[in-house]
Amino acid sequence: MEIFWYIIIAIVLAVFFILDGYDFGTGIIHLFFAKKEKDKEVIAKSAGLFWDSNEVWLVAAGGMLFMAFPTFYASVFSGFYLPLIIVLWLIIFRAIGLEFRSQFHFQMWKDIWDKSFGVSSLLLALFFGIALGNIVRGVNLGGVENGVSVYEGHYFFLPLWDSSFSPLTEHPGVIDWFTIVIGLISVVTLSIHGANWVILKTNSSINKKLKGVIFNLNIVLAVLTVFSLFVWQIVNPNSLYNFVDKPYFMVFPIIYLTGIMGLFFIKKIKKDIYGFVFSTLLILGGITSSLASLFPVLLPSVNDINEPLTIYNTTTSEYGLSVALTWGVIGFILLFVYMIIQKRLMGGKVDKMDYGH
Amino acid sequence: MEDMLFYDRLQFAFTITFHYIFPQLTMGLSLMIVFFKWKYLRNNDEKYNNAAKFFMKIFAVNFTMGVVTGIPMEFQFGTNWAKFSELTGGIIGQTLAMEGMFSFFLESSFLALFIFGEKLMGQKLHFLTGFLVFLGSWASGWFILATNAWMQHPVGYEVLENGKFVLENFSALFTNPWLLPAFLHNQLASVVTSSFVVASIGAFYLLRKKQVEYGKLFLKTGVIFGLVSSLLVAFPTGDWNAKNVAKYQPAAFAAMEGIFETEEAGAEIVLVGQPNMVEKKLDNKIAVPNILSFLTHQDWNKQIPGMDQFKKEELPDNIPALYYSYHIMVGLGTIFIGVMLLSLFFLWRRKLYTLKPLLWVIMFLVPFPYIANLTGWYTAELGRQPYLVYGLLKTSDGISPTVSSGNTLFTLLGFVALYMLLGLLFLVLVGKTINEGPKHQKH
Repeated sequence: MEIFWYIIIAIVLAVFFILDGYDFGTGIIHLFFAKKEKDKEVIAKSAGLFWDSNEVWLVAAGGMLFMAFPTFYASVFSGFYLPLIIVLWLIIFRAIGLEFRSQFHFQMWKDIWDKSFGVSSLLLALFFGIALGNIVRGVNLGGVENGVSVYEGHYFFLPLWDSSFSPLTEHPGVIDWFTIVIGLISVVTLSIHGANWVILKTNSSINKKLKGVIFNLNIVLAVLTVFSLFVWQIVNPNSLYNFVDKPYFMVFPIIYLTGIMGLFFIKKIKKDIYGFVFSTLLILGGITSSLASLFPVLLPSVNDINEPLTIYNTTTSEYGLSVALTWGVIGFILLFVYMIIQKRLMGGKVDKMDYGH
Repeated sequence: MEDMLFYDRLQFAFTITFHYIFPQLTMGLSLMIVFFKWKYLRNNDEKYNNAAKFFMKIFAVNFTMGVVTGIPMEFQFGTNWAKFSELTGGIIGQTLAMEGMFSFFLESSFLALFIFGEKLMGQKLHFLTGFLVFLGSWASGWFILATNAWMQHPVGYEVLENGKFVLENFSALFTNPWLLPAFLHNQLASVVTSSFVVASIGAFYLLRKKQVEYGKLFLKTGVIFGLVSSLLVAFPTGDWNAKNVAKYQPAAFAAMEGIFETEEAGAEIVLVGQPNMVEKKLDNKIAVPNILSFLTHQDWNKQIPGMDQFKKEELPDNIPALYYSYHIMVGLGTIFIGVMLLSLFFLWRRKLYTLKPLLWVIMFLVPFPYIANLTGWYTAELGRQPYLVYGLLKTSDGISPTVSSGNTLFTLLGFVALYMLLGLLFLVLVGKTINEGPKHQKH
């Protein structure tokens, strides 16, 4: 039953990063590449029409984690206190940037909210990557000081960074050189994804240029990925064990690889949807591979005293999980129905769609 | 630890107060939008369709604010109240996850369709999307109140050896005797808020002599919805809730009503008075004998336990705040009924649209339903103190053990600053929409 819920939450999270991921990506593209007012407007529209129904997946993932793995939810949310609150503020800035830019028609107003949307999208992409980096690296669970646990059980508190910026100390911070590498991968991946979304949903004049941008970013991503595999081994030496033990887990890295390979042909691809499909594979493969390398651990412990948090030691009762599964399945079917209705009715390019009141 | 508890409570109180301003309007307003759209389908008068779309614009800005201030609420359970989350997540996680899955998704998917999709679908489908938005927003209220009802009156749980609460009976969460009255009371109160907002915009148009046709429509709709809902808020739902508090949280009931000492021959109802915590009595009291006993138990002489019957640690920790919240809510509710009755009388005599003094009153009354709703919410929450889960888990045992008070203070200040900005933007945008009026619709 724990495994069921683990898979469901992993799917919801992956869907969140695929859907809201393109919102973040459009923000980054908007920040760096949109120069003409018409492009800015249409790119903001391509995210603005969808962000709130995409963000719901984050709320759903949060609610499900809370329900299925309450101990994990409690320790991770209080442990990453400062970065999470900063993420909340960024989410707010991004949302109001999108919603409010077209409400008034003078340039300064628009410039402020464009920057708010772009910068907060960029930082959110970076923070989500850093978060993944932290989960891979593990934390000092229970806050061990000189071989003695200072907090009961599994509570911890991470400072934003440690002065050494090293992931290998006894008390690593949220930001260190390893998590920054993962953060950069996230920024590059979501930029590619966002660019593909802009190409798919708009007739923007920069669409052609964006294909070149994607190609170049993809090279950067390939280099970063190879580099990260190397440092990944340093911070978490057990990370390959699962793939050796359960060879079918290899399907996840292969999904990632397919995405990366596909994107090298972006300039030749005629149909816009394929580019988007490849970057979707990239995100899907990236998240599932990371989770698969940790499974069944949810958060590794960097000290020897505390057990890592796993899906087994952080869960609630069997009965709770099973009733939730019943309504969860119904809910899921409804979600996909809503999503299909919405994407069908609002399919096609957004240029002509009415937005901004 | 003391500091920590104080800042955690302050932060939660602040963020939820600000958040609750928005959903209370969207829940009520969605009903009125469905009403306008339904009238349009019935008599094909373009005026009603424009009214529906006009309020949908205000709804949309409110909804955005509700979403961006609501996500922090879910996060804060984990960040600031980690112990509480760990112990009760298996239960209230159910209702919170259901809220995300069944209502929030419904609302946000169909809101976009309602706003942007009128041309893409027929009028009947458009009505349906509006109705689904309404359904989603009310379902949201249902699940949030189911969560709160469990904290007020825990049911269907089992406590494990490690102190964790786990679910034992899922359906008990939704048949909780606390839930239905609290839900109905809350939803009707949100209809009161939206009625006052609609009536107030109507009064504004009439006083300004612009958009007069819509001014009359809004005022009439607002007054009729407002009277019905404010009556229903008081009776039967308000009465029903008060009886529940008396039954399940007698200590909170005594503090709410300001009964310091038990009277053997029936309890009086306090209309006015200030709790004096030093001498344990009410100063400047105006009270009517035996009424409270009758209202609570339909028996003039039935005894109601006063605060002297409870141990100090069972009593709410801030009795004056609880007492005032409750009395402000009841007082305002009474005023609303009075104003709406008067307005209906003049509406019936065909004088309301030109009766300036009353129009001014209606226009400026708009913050008060918000205050009444918030004080109502405070009454429930302060009454539950000193517990998070009534009788089972103390508030002081629910906070995050590893987060220091400095961090909470820092993030609290951040939220205050950010929400000030949000509030300002919100007022500017809603003001602009109202100023433009219903005819300036592009779609």
